[in-house]
Amino acid sequence: MMRTTRILIVAAIAIVTAAGTARSAVEDIELPDMDWSWEGPLGTFDRAQLQRGLQGFTEICLACHGLRLVAYRNLQALGYDEEEVKAYAANFEVQDGPDENGEMYMREAIPSDRFVSPYPNEQAARAANNGAYPPDLSVMTKARKGGADYVYALLIGYEEPPEGFEPMAGMNYNKYFPGKQIAMPQPLFPDAVEYADGTPATVEQIAADVTAFLAWAAEPELEERKSLGIKVLAFLGLFTIMLVALKRRVWADVKKH
Amino acid sequence: MATRTEFKNPLVRWVDERLPVFTYMDHEYNRFPMPKNLNYLWSFGALASIVLVVMIVTGVMLAMQYTAHVDFAFESVERIMRDVNYGWLLRYLHMNGGSMFFIVVYIHVFRGLYYGSYKAPRELLWMLGVIILLLMMATAFMGYVLPWGQMSFWAATVITNLFSAIPWIGDAIVTWLWGGFAVDNPTLNRFYALHYLFPFLIFAVVGLHVVAVHITGSNNPTGVEVQSPRDTVTFHPYFTTKDSVGLGVFLIFFAAVVFFAPNMFGEPDNYIKADPLNTPPHIVPEWYFLPYYAILRAVPDNFIGSWIGFVLVDAKLAGVIAMFGSILVLLLVPWLDTSKVRSARYRPIYKWFFWILVVDCIVLGWVGANPPEGKFIAIGRLATAYYFAHFLILMPLLGKFERPLPLPASISEPVLKGAASQMEKA
Repeated sequence: MMRTTRILIVAAIAIVTAAGTARSAVEDIELPDMDWSWEGPLGTFDRAQLQRGLQGFTEICLACHGLRLVAYRNLQALGYDEEEVKAYAANFEVQDGPDENGEMYMREAIPSDRFVSPYPNEQAARAANNGAYPPDLSVMTKARKGGADYVYALLIGYEEPPEGFEPMAGMNYNKYFPGKQIAMPQPLFPDAVEYADGTPATVEQIAADVTAFLAWAAEPELEERKSLGIKVLAFLGLFTIMLVALKRRVWADVKKH
Repeated sequence: MATRTEFKNPLVRWVDERLPVFTYMDHEYNRFPMPKNLNYLWSFGALASIVLVVMIVTGVMLAMQYTAHVDFAFESVERIMRDVNYGWLLRYLHMNGGSMFFIVVYIHVFRGLYYGSYKAPRELLWMLGVIILLLMMATAFMGYVLPWGQMSFWAATVITNLFSAIPWIGDAIVTWLWGGFAVDNPTLNRFYALHYLFPFLIFAVVGLHVVAVHITGSNNPTGVEVQSPRDTVTFHPYFTTKDSVGLGVFLIFFAAVVFFAPNMFGEPDNYIKADPLNTPPHIVPEWYFLPYYAILRAVPDNFIGSWIGFVLVDAKLAGVIAMFGSILVLLLVPWLDTSKVRSARYRPIYKWFFWILVVDCIVLGWVGANPPEGKFIAIGRLATAYYFAHFLILMPLLGKFERPLPLPASISEPVLKGAASQMEKA
């Protein structure tokens, strides 16, 4: 029994180490370690923060970045009611058609539409941005090493380049971006948005709020996943204890003789 | 199958007289004799078959929602995650189920290596297992391509390009695999078709694997064959309950990953849609392929990996042979191991080399996760050389020179001894 336990422990360590090495493949940049509300097994999103994040995203990011995998109707998860979502969607124009004359036409977006991207295609985006392509942000917090911490760091990572570092023409110094220079100009400034709930709009505050919103956009199932997970683990734990009791009882007579 | 079981229920009896499925179940899963000293490492075979079923069930349900087209594959996976009822659960179960499958099967394989489960009369049982492992690797590789993320695309490009190393016909084979001149829509389509087909091939070989183990019976931690009914207990209720405990613990681990760290084993790059014009700085396979990736790159003058562009042309056959050889060598293990003693418990030297091999595989995984530069090149080559030396040199020699410890007369003997000493203590 001891031997088995030992072997199992060694095997478990081996797997965890192997998985760990797989993750550390690329050199790590020291990111600020933020205390996000949705971290941990019981973490949930802060609705007020998500709403502020949507505001920041709409007024700043959406000028260049899309969110094409998220539908307006999904915004109800942020605590808005149906009417508010309808009103929000109505701010955007979406191409529809063809109509009975075979013509494509523009109409107001409705809740079932996905977020309208700022550019019709990649070429248009590049043409408007000096050749750079502002990526879609739908799954951004899952698509970068460091996740939400990285997105936050990037948003606050703009500063004067150090002595002797000369960014290329049209590029901006950002200490958290791989290669330290990024095409995106500094997007956030103090009081760039005026929060409806009166929260002071510092750069850090807007960055954290927008990051929270993007984390929700990337993992809208997170809260349901964690709450179901707790129930599943509680059940499995109890069930396994019962199985251990059953097994001991069944095996009791084998050990004796 | 010796005699038919008598059943009381007339319907069961009626069926059984015509098609003895109930007798078969009774013989193989009820009264089937199992060595009574099996530890929990023997639960991993059952666990692997359960994971296979989980993968097939979740996979079939995902297939109902997935679209195998380069323009829609990535989006359809995200639609499953967002709009399909419990789609995120199905997808995370399936995605992490792949990792679980390899964790369980690797422990199962190393258990076999430790206790000498491949030795006569279980050679075919072992070889069928190696074939299952190969089929699993092919299935996992093709499945990883389906979400059509950056790593999907570039992994497909790197791995299919390996076949170009075959002399004379290599390039033609790669074109044939791709269904064109690059990894593209035809490639995605055929990978989808094969990814759906292969699990059923695995299922069939698992069937043979199970038949084989029911002919020879399970090996056990002493490596001494069962000699009398005193050495065994029936499969039910003893191993149905014991394997259930193993299953419970395993499911807790599985659920913890799926619900609380579903992207732990994944690469963030795969949440970026595939872009044939944009090579990621580091192309790494899933964790379970890292050791083979290290072996592939260990052969000198063969640097597949960081800089795909010019290497593909240069890829040397030797690396590919080494990589496939690292699995195929397992087929020969029953004959490479010359020791008369099965279990490492009674092999004082082999036991140490076994653990060195485990460490060596972890080192290979670590090297595989890193770009082939600096110290990783030397370590990778050393670890690869050691891997093959273990099977081709150490195994045959150890059997000749090692002096095994005295074996117990039967399975019951050490069990009885253990019980006696425990009673003395009490």
